[in-house]
Amino acid sequence: MTDEAAPRPRPASPSALFWAFTMLALQGFGGVLAVAQRELVERRHWLSKSEFLELLAIAQVLPGPNVVNISLMIGDRFFGLRGAFAALGGMFTLPCVIVLSLAAVSEQLLTHPAMAGALRGMGAVAAGLILATGLKLLGSLRGNAMGRTMCLLLAAATVTAVALLRWPLIWVVLGLGSLGMALAWRRLKELER
Amino acid sequence: MPPVDLLQLFLHFLALSLLAIGGAITTAPEMHRYLVTEQHWMTDTAFTNSVALAQAAPGPNILFVAVLGWNIAGPAGAAAAMAGIMLPSTTLVLIATRWARDNRERLAVRAFSTGMAPLTLGLIIATGWLLALPYLAVPEHRLPTLVLIAITLALMLRTKLSLVWLVLGGGVAGALGWV
Repeated sequence: MTDEAAPRPRPASPSALFWAFTMLALQGFGGVLAVAQRELVERRHWLSKSEFLELLAIAQVLPGPNVVNISLMIGDRFFGLRGAFAALGGMFTLPCVIVLSLAAVSEQLLTHPAMAGALRGMGAVAAGLILATGLKLLGSLRGNAMGRTMCLLLAAATVTAVALLRWPLIWVVLGLGSLGMALAWRRLKELER
Repeated sequence: MPPVDLLQLFLHFLALSLLAIGGAITTAPEMHRYLVTEQHWMTDTAFTNSVALAQAAPGPNILFVAVLGWNIAGPAGAAAAMAGIMLPSTTLVLIATRWARDNRERLAVRAFSTGMAPLTLGLIIATGWLLALPYLAVPEHRLPTLVLIAITLALMLRTKLSLVWLVLGGGVAGALGWV
């Protein structure tokens, strides 16, 4: 667990945050989560894997897109409200200009066969990136107080409920989430004694 | 198309903001009902294209809300829609994250982080699966999609290659008709 103990680099200023999140957002075709994990955890080391997962857990149960919520939380953690808005601004400003320019230029662009093929290829890669991100973060469960087996069971149950049974997210969080939290509660109490 | 009331547009997205647990895309059916069916502010095709465009472009997918607003009422529409969808959720996230940080030693907060971690991971993997599913469902796209996903996984886990190259590579392969 040296991952947790080492002193961690941090962004130099709110404007450094703004540009970091701009770069991050611009790399995120078809979703920003995989890029966020790579940039913030692996390249810049602003967060450890388990800190990233912790923020994601909170972002997940709150309204709003996960990556946008994460940008707010990270910004706020380093520079308070100014940091939160710097990160949020980075996430939105340039991508917003790009997407609205595309919207203004053409609606036909998307129906061209080569464009449709390109979107399909990018979509498949985006799916692979998300899967790889999940696999990488699996390692951070090692430090989890519930133990490896219980964690893997809960994760597998979540995949089944969401991907195969298509339960709405709210039921997954209320059902499996409450179960996980109850188990964690009991275990942490035992450890305190 | 009937005239657009920017205040109404703003309020509609404001109301949806706190319902968007798991991303704004979960409220897209409700947006469609209101903007297309009830108010007739945009056509069905324009709605679908707005969502597809935002997903193809770089950046958070929630920008489809800006595109919807833009297609309804230009720049002012984009601003009204984005402000509406972002304001309540941003406020709530900031309050929640500060509270969690100040109370991080509490048993309840630690039980939340510990208990939710496997779920969060499961959700990431399920999202990847669901994103791949539409391509896997079409027989002619199935094999190339699986190959592309396998290559992506290998490169992502074994190299430090920037993700832009992976996505662009997939785009080029697709444009050439390989996928």
